Amino acid sequence: MEIRRQGDWIEIAELDPFLAELLRQVPESTNTEEGDVARQRLFSSPAAASEREICAEWKLYVEPELRRLFQTATQIVAADLQQLNGSAKPFADCTLRIPTKNLDAWLNALNQARLVIAAKYDFNEGELCDHYRSPEGSRRDLGLFQVNFYGFLQEFILHELEK
Amino acid sequence: MHSSFESSVENPAIEQETRTADELDLPWQVVVHNDPVNLMSYVTMVFQKVFGLTKENAERHMLEVHEQGRSILWSGMRERAELYVQQLHGYLLLATLERTN
Repeated sequence: MEIRRQGDWIEIAELDPFLAELLRQVPESTNTEEGDVARQRLFSSPAAASEREICAEWKLYVEPELRRLFQTATQIVAADLQQLNGSAKPFADCTLRIPTKNLDAWLNALNQARLVIAAKYDFNEGELCDHYRSPEGSRRDLGLFQVNFYGFLQEFILHELEK
Repeated sequence: MHSSFESSVENPAIEQETRTADELDLPWQVVVHNDPVNLMSYVTMVFQKVFGLTKENAERHMLEVHEQGRSILWSGMRERAELYVQQLHGYLLLATLERTN
């Protein structure tokens, strides 16, 4: 895989089918319908539980806005990912071009996905920071790889936005 | 001689002070809490965007969050504090508003 800036795009070239599939899974991975923990993490409390008025108003007025914001980011990413669905040869390497105007949406959607996956598998700080851990090949290991791969993309996007 | 000054001292009038809701509002603080998933560089970028901090200052707060578990990013009136917390939640950071003791 090669990732580089090309004018108004960030180009992820030579994407092998496995990494392309992980990218295709970004929108789906932001789904919080399966787990309360993930939902609570994406829509965390704005204040201590004793601040009942603030928490109640937040649920009523702010959460729907946040939900719309997160959905919009995910939809933008899903639209960009359509590029990965047109390949005539499903096992060939492919290229994804992300317009720079969509980078904020990508950062947001990748973050949603990382938080939801981490909540789902209850990864702790040690696991998230241990880059020398030998995988056992479980679904949980794949989830950790996914979190780290999305984090790598976030780092690259942040680096580009800083320029 | 009976000046108005003396009279006001002898019979002090009780003035009713009117203050705006903001003046009566106690200061609130915006607190960001540690989260093992969010990248350090991402948190720094968010602090720069939301609070207009320099990179050095944003990194200082990010490290405080990472090492101490929390950092106070701003304090002031409730309405503005709520707006900041909303923005931080939009970036998926763990942030709360708290009354300043």
